[in-house]
Amino acid sequence: MQRLLNNRNFLGLLFMLPASALLLIFLTYPLGLGTWLGFTDAKIGRAGVWVGLDNFAFLIGDSVALLSLFNTLFYTVVASIAKFVLGLWLALLLNKHLPFKAFLRAIVLLPFIVPTALSAIAFWWLYDAQFSVLSWTLTKFGLIDRYIDFLGDPWNARLSTIAANIWRGVPFIAICLLAGLQTISPSLYEAAALDGASPWQRFRYVTLPLLTPIIAVVMTFSVLFTFTDFQLIYVLTRGGPLNATHLMATLSFQRAIPGGSLGEGAALATLMIPFLLSAILFSYFGLQRRAWQQGGKD
Amino acid sequence: MKQDDISTQGMGYLESLPRRVVTVYLPLGVFLVVLLFPFYWMAVTSFKPNGELLSREGNPFWVIEPTLAHFKKLLFDTPYPEWMLNTVIVSVVSTFASLAASVFAAYAIERLRFRGSKQVGLAIFLAYLVPPSILFIPLATIVFNLGIFDTRWALILTYPTFLIPFCTWLLMGYFRTIPFELEECALIDGATRWQILVKIILPLAVPGLISAGIFAFTLSWNEFIYALTFVSSSEVKTVPVGVITELVEGDVYHWGALMAGALLGSLPVAVMYSFFVEYYVSGMTGAVKE
Repeated sequence: MQRLLNNRNFLGLLFMLPASALLLIFLTYPLGLGTWLGFTDAKIGRAGVWVGLDNFAFLIGDSVALLSLFNTLFYTVVASIAKFVLGLWLALLLNKHLPFKAFLRAIVLLPFIVPTALSAIAFWWLYDAQFSVLSWTLTKFGLIDRYIDFLGDPWNARLSTIAANIWRGVPFIAICLLAGLQTISPSLYEAAALDGASPWQRFRYVTLPLLTPIIAVVMTFSVLFTFTDFQLIYVLTRGGPLNATHLMATLSFQRAIPGGSLGEGAALATLMIPFLLSAILFSYFGLQRRAWQQGGKD
Repeated sequence: MKQDDISTQGMGYLESLPRRVVTVYLPLGVFLVVLLFPFYWMAVTSFKPNGELLSREGNPFWVIEPTLAHFKKLLFDTPYPEWMLNTVIVSVVSTFASLAASVFAAYAIERLRFRGSKQVGLAIFLAYLVPPSILFIPLATIVFNLGIFDTRWALILTYPTFLIPFCTWLLMGYFRTIPFELEECALIDGATRWQILVKIILPLAVPGLISAGIFAFTLSWNEFIYALTFVSSSEVKTVPVGVITELVEGDVYHWGALMAGALLGSLPVAVMYSFFVEYYVSGMTGAVKE
């Protein structure tokens, strides 16, 4: 017994047991089950039978599903680019010599740590068609003469939800990039400045290359979480108006849980996997090529 | 002129004040206002009487007659306290369970180096990338078949799916920084693996454990889609789901009560966060940096 407990393979297995049991039952198995459900006509309360590619064929011909694909891509691309630019900017600002630096850094992260569902309610109230304080302010300044229907018009709703997503995501990106910026030695900038590099050149040829590895990881996370976003849309619009803000995640929830078609919802969720995989692979190979930047081999 | 706007701490003193105001303080101020305004608005709304909320006259940015009516309504006329209790129970139990499982897993992967530990480490990282929005449908059927649908167990058992990968990954990074020599000394002195873990590794890993714990607690407090799907009775709902599904019924939105609910629901994580900012930030950035 004693010898067995000192055997690294046996002990490793024993130590891995709780974590791997939970993950196998509640993560790996559902992942497989979800894919399988996508090929069945399961409904709530009724096990499905195999229907092959029927669900997928139906979804490809379904204008709402196609719209949700478009919305998801639009939402992900626009929000991710904006979050990256603003997050990098905020990180560069926070990296300067500032009074109350630690305090500033702490409060900047607030939007990220507060439950999204709850902060989304605040946005819902800010976007209210009749009582929006944003409209109120713009009217007082004379910029608009009628209150903006933030969530009632398809394009307004898309942009409003994207704005809320950006608000929530910028702090995360900024704080992660700030951690990366702090590892860059100031002497590199001094050397570059002595060589006559302009501020832009210092940013482009010193900051950016050294930050690329962390940018790749942070943006992968950001893209993954934006692509599969659910809470914001569910709280703000429930996919409306006219399905204009339905993302694949919210549509699959609506089809599967209130709608009862587990199979169809699962098929929609399965359709997200190729996009997620390509995002991960893209960043993985992006990272690999730049191993030297972290002091690794080329 | 060239040196005037050098943008690093090391050379920051070369910048003139007016220039700093325009390039640093002004944009930073705008960022802060935009990032914090929704919270201010949440707070102001929750203290406003209904009359003030629905009038377009006057300055909406301030409260003229603050009232606690919304909080009173929330705490005494709705199941809000119950939701709060549920959220606390579910978050605390799933956090501690995940932390315990993760300590063993991370130690095994990082230090026991059993056969295949590298692959298992990679699998843990990939598990971290699986988003809940593609798992909730199959998980709902599993939860239903296990007979724990609409109970707290449904949440306590499913939250570890995103907590364990995260905590394990974080702790793996942390354990890596603890010198091997300490363990070798202990082994020579005749300590068992269990003794090494409990008496040497864990005391040294306390900061890592706090980081992982705080982060896991906020993640489970903020969880929404599982709680929305696996629970339907009011008595077992969590705060985010309860506020969204039960306070938003009907055509007339009770904005005051909604904002009060959002404020109270955000407060525990915000307080927790303010005490452990450094741990939280190192947890977040550590998980990304690896």
